[in-house]
Amino acid sequence: MDSQHSCGELKVGWEHFAHGADIGVRGIGVTPDEAFEQAALAVTAVIVDPARVEAREMIEIRCRAPDLELLLADWLNALVLAMATRNMLYGRFEVKIDAFALTAKAWGETIDRERHQPAVEVKGATYTALSVRRRDDGAWVAQCVVDV
Amino acid sequence: MRVPGVIFADEGLIRSMDDKVPEQVANVAKLPGIVKASYAMPDAHWGYGFPIGGVAAFDPDEGGIVSAGGVGFDISCGVRTLLTGLPLARVEAVKVALADTLFARIPAGVGSTGALRLSAEEMDAMLVGGARWAIEQGFGRPEDIERIEERGAMSGADPAQVSAAAKRRQRDEMGTLGSGNHYLEVQHITEVFDRATAESFGLVAGEVVVSIHCGSRGLGHQIGTEYLREMAISAPGEGIVLPDRELACAPIRSRLGARYLGAMRAGINCALANRQILTHLTRDVFREVLPAATLALLYDVSHNTCKVETHVVDGKPRQLFVHRKGATRAFGPGHSDMPRVFVATGQPVLIGGSMGTASYVLAGTRHGETAAFASACHGAGRSMSRHEATRHWHGRRVVDDLAARGILIRSVSSRGVAEEAPGAYKNVTEVVDVADRAGLARKVARLEPLVCIKG
Repeated sequence: MDSQHSCGELKVGWEHFAHGADIGVRGIGVTPDEAFEQAALAVTAVIVDPARVEAREMIEIRCRAPDLELLLADWLNALVLAMATRNMLYGRFEVKIDAFALTAKAWGETIDRERHQPAVEVKGATYTALSVRRRDDGAWVAQCVVDV
Repeated sequence: MRVPGVIFADEGLIRSMDDKVPEQVANVAKLPGIVKASYAMPDAHWGYGFPIGGVAAFDPDEGGIVSAGGVGFDISCGVRTLLTGLPLARVEAVKVALADTLFARIPAGVGSTGALRLSAEEMDAMLVGGARWAIEQGFGRPEDIERIEERGAMSGADPAQVSAAAKRRQRDEMGTLGSGNHYLEVQHITEVFDRATAESFGLVAGEVVVSIHCGSRGLGHQIGTEYLREMAISAPGEGIVLPDRELACAPIRSRLGARYLGAMRAGINCALANRQILTHLTRDVFREVLPAATLALLYDVSHNTCKVETHVVDGKPRQLFVHRKGATRAFGPGHSDMPRVFVATGQPVLIGGSMGTASYVLAGTRHGETAAFASACHGAGRSMSRHEATRHWHGRRVVDDLAARGILIRSVSSRGVAEEAPGAYKNVTEVVDVADRAGLARKVARLEPLVCIKG
């Protein structure tokens, strides 16, 4: 499962990668901000087709971490917590990273079990296969395995 | 490596294990204070730092650590089995009504909520009292307590070490099954391997049981997430070199180690309370649909824990912190820390299959105590990723195929069913056979599904 589009020379988008019992999420972008946004979309796609999630409500999320990798895990875990406690799904993201501090907006709607047919709940973002790096082609890749 | 790595498997299972298992077993063997060996059970697969199916014991007197990753995100995920005392034919006659009523009443899947809302005081009481608290609230029978590990309440739980976010995450989730590989199954006993032990467990060939597989829900997941982060950041300051960040841990004798243990034990109690409430809901459904069912609890076991246990190592009893990540405790005959009813047989070890495949009841052995700190496998383990499974199967088709074999699946999510298709899992029978042959536990009975409520 994946979703990618071209931005200049680079392929921007998200994809899943295999992990024994669980799922790896990978966001690819021109900037770390965009890679983080795409990684969040990949998390939503574990649960539901992101295209089915309407942008009816917006929340703001802030995180700070000692490095970019922990910041990615913190960002995805903040989303997991927001989804679980607000009974929401999010399908659109706007991320700004300044040093190791992140401010973000996430748009989504309340889970509708009939319409969304959510496949599985995400328990948390793990540090397995966790990396945020710049590829040789210049694209930023943000990834980790999520526990389901 | 400070100690050897030991993987229990036959040639077939070794060949099908991913390369990450030996790598992770070796990494765990490098952690401070590890005792004797780093073990992997026959169902081991790539986990987070520790392999799933990993067992490791640490000695606080030797700088031993406690690891949030070594317990896992779903703290105290486990299985309990209830005996209906009824033959298959009695259940077959009402199977569809039973499946539909269970599905209507057991909250399952993403976005499902329980009927119970706890105040802050009640939440803390639940986190200390576990299944005992649930029974006091009317969710169960007093005799259930004797049939739950830790007699229903893990001591040493400290709700003050559980964050407000974790408690908020649990607010709507008491008495919910969750999703993924969690389930409630109505099963029938298709084979008995050890008649005397089966009889003492109340397992009779041809009779029906109910098994519930789930854990500590959002509260446990949040505790795991938060402490993993804190341990990963603090480990270098403690002089702990982590071969993999996911092995994040803290010395048992440190402030962080103690805080995690208090929170993790509260997580264990949340799981025990959760399974107890689900048991109550199940009994309510049977009371309406099939009132003759007794639904006495056989046992409740957890397979994601760290527990303080005394084990004899090189002839000397030592108090160790035993991590079991996707592994079931399997105390053998005569062990003092289990219900008296199991003293002659060893404790029941409940092995969940996957949707549509068999499950097993095993019993702990004396040999298992020396072989792997009294531990056995916990399930089949996946052989195929979720992504690959959705390419192989379609949910509706899986449900129809199983229905043709007399197995009724009820789930809100077609994709969820495809991801959990029986073919995406290893053969649980091979896993259990190896556990039996290695003497980790011995086979008592085989169970096959009739109804499966999936998240």
